Amino acid sequence: MNVTVARLTARGLLGRRRGLLLLALPVLLLALSALIRGVAGQDEGTASSVLGGLAIGTMVPLVGLVAGTGAIGPEIDDGSIIYLLSKPQPRWKIITSKLVVAIGCSIVFAALPTYFAGLILFGTFENLTLGFTIAALIAGVAYSSLFLLLGVVSRHAVVWGLMYALLWETVVGQYVPGAQTLSVHQWALSIGQKIASPGVISSSVHLPTAVPLLIVATLGGAWLASARLTRLTLAGEE
Amino acid sequence: MSEHMSGVRAPENPQDVIHDIGYRHYEGPRLSTAYATRSLYTSSLRGAFGLGRSGKSKILPMAMVVIMALPALIMVAVSIYIKSGKLPVDYPNYLTDLQFVTAVFTAAQAPVLLSRDLRFMTVPLYFSRPLRSTDYVRAKYAAMVSAVFILTLLPMLIMWIGSMLGSMDFGYNLKHFAFGVVAAVLYALLYAGLGLLIASATPRRGFGVAAIIALFMVSEGVAGALRGVLHVTGHQASAFWISMLNPGFLIDSTVAWMFGLPLRGPAAVPTTVGGIVFLAEMVLLAVGTYALLIRRYRKI
Repeated sequence: MNVTVARLTARGLLGRRRGLLLLALPVLLLALSALIRGVAGQDEGTASSVLGGLAIGTMVPLVGLVAGTGAIGPEIDDGSIIYLLSKPQPRWKIITSKLVVAIGCSIVFAALPTYFAGLILFGTFENLTLGFTIAALIAGVAYSSLFLLLGVVSRHAVVWGLMYALLWETVVGQYVPGAQTLSVHQWALSIGQKIASPGVISSSVHLPTAVPLLIVATLGGAWLASARLTRLTLAGEE
Repeated sequence: MSEHMSGVRAPENPQDVIHDIGYRHYEGPRLSTAYATRSLYTSSLRGAFGLGRSGKSKILPMAMVVIMALPALIMVAVSIYIKSGKLPVDYPNYLTDLQFVTAVFTAAQAPVLLSRDLRFMTVPLYFSRPLRSTDYVRAKYAAMVSAVFILTLLPMLIMWIGSMLGSMDFGYNLKHFAFGVVAAVLYALLYAGLGLLIASATPRRGFGVAAIIALFMVSEGVAGALRGVLHVTGHQASAFWISMLNPGFLIDSTVAWMFGLPLRGPAAVPTTVGGIVFLAEMVLLAVGTYALLIRRYRKI
């Protein structure tokens, strides 16, 4: 962890008007939750469909995608990563610093808003809000690490990440149940399921499967990213 | 001091000459601004599919084209094989089902057309030619609209040709193919306009991609959630207004309203007033994004 690298990453992610993109998502979620609470009242089905579908299904992967790939992608894209790589810093430290910033972003812009949206929609009953918040937190960490790896590996990290988060996890998962075993979304929900009252949150993956997979995905993502960064070649713009 | 030392500007040598070192003037035909605009249009349209660029930059747009066309091919093949006599999905509905692919294509390729020119400061180079900023915007807008139109037209064509090969009802298929083409035009105008407008705001491709995709996905998620809530609480009569929030839903409901098609799922066909408002919103979006793009490039 290097504070300067982290500070520069945070500025690259949030500086100028770019932070507004990340801020718009939680603001929208909270406004929508307030609206739905006003129209539909306190309803468990609605609350879990908004939190599960919109917050964890769409917002957490999107924030993870913007934060994870945005922490390193643009720098590799425009070649300015070379100034960072030429400093006497081990590459894994650079990755760790960037990962910490990306995880921080997902906590602030995805997990906390999920918590507040849950409070607005359903209060603290049945630990529904807590379950979804912890799931959002864990999914945010795993997504940040995986998408950081994608950012190092590919120029089109945002699109590939999106294909994974939205196409694989939702569309393919609907038709091929086996695909859900390899889904960060379902892993995180299985932890939420444990925390919330029985039957409130459901996941298609069992906890003993989900936890090792989550750890492998998170640590493996970060490790591969630093391994890849040690042998990074800068190519010209395509 | 060095100026004095060099002494080139000494008054003693007044015979300054221009040596003819063999440069030749250009005496060929001078092509018009329209020609330059057309060239920019063709190269941008090719660039949107990665043609004329490296193999790596072809992967993504071509993958989207394949993902867009493959279900149509499979559908047609299965319908012909089991001799069902009709296609399982109506033409415009196919585009609604795959609006995700259109959104990803737009998000990935709109920044390719605009952001790089901004980042590498090549825009001023364009404008140092007879090309004006409106020509630049016109060429890029037309190229992106054409690219999205080609992407959405392809499955429509596959389905239509397939229906003819399978000797299905010709009149019905021709009519619904026409509806599909109208939907494809609307997708092209709205998606390309919104995508380019966002892409023109950032010189960083990655952020452009993320912002465009966030717009499409989040508006779809929000509209879906609101629609579900209105459905549960029994506000069906007004639930169709929700479609105004997402470009894909907007096109879906408007096309259904214009041609009297049934809608699937919790969506509802708008009333006459609703339909007119929907049409107005689409015109506003298409014209508005173009006007804002023109304004964006007035000053670089």
